[in-house]
Amino acid sequence: MAGSGGAPLLKVVSACKEFSGVPVLNNVSFELSAGEILGIIGENGAGKSTLLKIISGIYTPTSGEFFFDGEPMRSGSATEAKRLGITLIPQEFNLVKDLNVFENIFLGAELRSGPLLDKKAMAAEAKRLLDRLGVAIDPREKMENLSVAQKQMVEFAKALSRKSRVLIMDEPTTVLTPPDVRMLFSIIGNLRNEGVAIIYISHKLREVKEICDRVMVLRDGEFVSLDRTEEVGVHEMATRMVGRELSQLFPPKNAPSEEAVLSVEDLSVEGLLSGVSFSLRRGEILGFSGLMGAGRTEVAETLLGLRRKTSGRISVKGRKADIRTPSDAVKLGISYLSEDRQGKGILVKFGISSNISLVSLARYCGAWGLINKKKEREQASEYVREFSIKAASLSTNLEFFSGGNQQKVSLAKCMDTDPEILIIDEPTRGIDVNAKREIYHFIHTLVEKGLSCILISSELEEILGLCHRTVVMHEGRVSGILEGEHLNEEEIMFHATGLKESVLRSVGQRTDI
Amino acid sequence: MEKKKFAFDLGIFGPFAALFVLVVISSFASPYFLQTRNILNILRQVSYTGIIALGMTFVIISGGIDLSVGSLTALVGGVMILVLNALGAGWWGIIAALGAGILIGAVSGVFTGVLVTRMRIAPFIVTLGTMAIYRSLALYISGAGEFRSQSGLFPEIGMGMWMGVPVPVWVFFSLAAVCALLLNWTRFGRHICAIGSNERVAEYSAIRVNFVRSMAYVLCGITVAISSFLLAARLNSVSSTNIGINFELDAIAAVIIGGTAMTGGSGSISGTLVGAVILGIVNNMLNMLGVSPYLQGTVKGVVIIIAVLIQHKKRDSR
Repeated sequence: MAGSGGAPLLKVVSACKEFSGVPVLNNVSFELSAGEILGIIGENGAGKSTLLKIISGIYTPTSGEFFFDGEPMRSGSATEAKRLGITLIPQEFNLVKDLNVFENIFLGAELRSGPLLDKKAMAAEAKRLLDRLGVAIDPREKMENLSVAQKQMVEFAKALSRKSRVLIMDEPTTVLTPPDVRMLFSIIGNLRNEGVAIIYISHKLREVKEICDRVMVLRDGEFVSLDRTEEVGVHEMATRMVGRELSQLFPPKNAPSEEAVLSVEDLSVEGLLSGVSFSLRRGEILGFSGLMGAGRTEVAETLLGLRRKTSGRISVKGRKADIRTPSDAVKLGISYLSEDRQGKGILVKFGISSNISLVSLARYCGAWGLINKKKEREQASEYVREFSIKAASLSTNLEFFSGGNQQKVSLAKCMDTDPEILIIDEPTRGIDVNAKREIYHFIHTLVEKGLSCILISSELEEILGLCHRTVVMHEGRVSGILEGEHLNEEEIMFHATGLKESVLRSVGQRTDI
Repeated sequence: MEKKKFAFDLGIFGPFAALFVLVVISSFASPYFLQTRNILNILRQVSYTGIIALGMTFVIISGGIDLSVGSLTALVGGVMILVLNALGAGWWGIIAALGAGILIGAVSGVFTGVLVTRMRIAPFIVTLGTMAIYRSLALYISGAGEFRSQSGLFPEIGMGMWMGVPVPVWVFFSLAAVCALLLNWTRFGRHICAIGSNERVAEYSAIRVNFVRSMAYVLCGITVAISSFLLAARLNSVSSTNIGINFELDAIAAVIIGGTAMTGGSGSISGTLVGAVILGIVNNMLNMLGVSPYLQGTVKGVVIIIAVLIQHKKRDSR
């Protein structure tokens, strides 16, 4: 633990932030030393994001004192924070996809020889930075050709090139596969050894436990605790975050009926999917596992008519379904919760009611085709109650909502079309454990009522805890359909990585028919 | 959140506040300003581009732009007068002319819509092209001259008054009411906003994105036809070279001054109406104060830039 000795690099004393008189961060103090990793955990709305935005100068605090290297620091200035070497790596990367790797790394701080750009020097320096991180990325590669993990590495290289002394990471592992997470951790370790102070924000408590030196817990904007990580267990962290004992995360599994609501045979999409077959039974939660890019989301998009299938048959409730547009899918009772909440799911500039009714708006139209806004609002407030969505008002834009609350609105929007088949794609990405639990229990209630659900998820825990059966995909094909004793972490990983395929094909077929 | 709330208010009330300030200043600057005749004159003058601005509001909210409205005014006006002259001067002729104009306006909207949605060409480019096409067609058909109507009835509509208010003003205000209803209280309006706000989300939400986007251009074409009809009726002729010049500028300006964001996603019809009136008052005051007509474009340009500047400030403040 490198962080113990020496004067603190960053010192925050009684940071407070209010929005319209509502305190969102109250009296939070902490110190951060060079070469230390500080984990910050808390539920959505606990004040984590507010705190890191204050530190990186995006928000101006209502009150509080800030010291950097012992000197008082001007708060609320992003330029000042940048000058001191405080860098935030946001969840959504700040990279320009049309530029290449080194152009991104040096964006805004280009190296020049005379009035011209010194591309050679920049490429060489970028190479050096990437080598230091231990990643093999060509500095001249176009950004759009990189994987998510590689993009994150470029963000790191960018931070290094700016001589960062405090690096703030907001949920860095949500988009990464397990091997990438390992690599990230070794890089974080290297940075710490070089004396960089790191603030690590995550919902994944095991990760926090693993790599952080100390962990700070926030709840409802208040400071709860700050301890050395070895002194608090994962369960204790969770309890402190929620402020009470967590009841069971996953509900018990129900027994689905034998009736197939959806069957897909030999579905292929040019270049993306080939020969995908599976069936979904009434009252079943069918998992879809696989690595990123295995084609899980593409299956969903084809079922929704967003992608044109090149061959294959889709039947809904025994009848052949011809799905060409999303509205065909809606008519057949298929609803989709997107993995990309802000990009495909909700309109952040719209309020709750108009988001919820976006697909089902026809239901709210009365005579003359006019929208019955009263009915719309009433329905929305019902969802707000049912899902316990926390919102100032029904017309507050969703951009001011936490991830968990946005996800609940997104789910309400799906439910408002009255679906029989619900396809949910990474429903708990970037949301806290309490909201997760609520969503799991909600899905369970739905299948008990006779709905059927396809759950696409990269979290094995979720797949194992919720699903009756799981389709595992590898490079656009189904590499296995697992159930019963075969549904375990090891089997899923074997199939997802393509190590096992033909062997369990038979299991897939057996359960399929 | 407090900042957001403030910005929200600014978006809705900003144009009204600006109008109020402008009216107060103008009434001090000139004793004639508040006279009924002057006010009605301003309203009549702004109604032609104001009507087009109503359609333009939908296009801009959907995330597009239509530069062809001025040229389309000329083409539609020309064809309407040709129809009118062919069918005689009676009511039926006038109705047929209006029908033909609306048809052309709508078809041109479909054309733009298809190019923008199916062919994926930027609306700016498409309508830059159609702007040239429509003007050139109007010039060609008329031999770069004037379309003259023989009708005695036609100018009665154009010059007409009802309850002391000019016909174009009635049309402008009632169309504004219809458009406000369309924007705020129907699926179409909601879908337009959704598409402008995030097209992907709209697509995933089972909205017929291509159709709805095209309909915005159709609507804009129809408003052009109506405006052109009123204008042709007032002059009882259409000059292929002069009519509709700078209409795209005035219409887009009215929409922006009215607080609709150029980035799309949200906007208001009442704002556009106020925006059009603000432009009219500015022109009127410049005339009254004896400012050279050549300088009026400068003032208009400055007003537009300031309006956009305020919008940007608004966005940054959150």
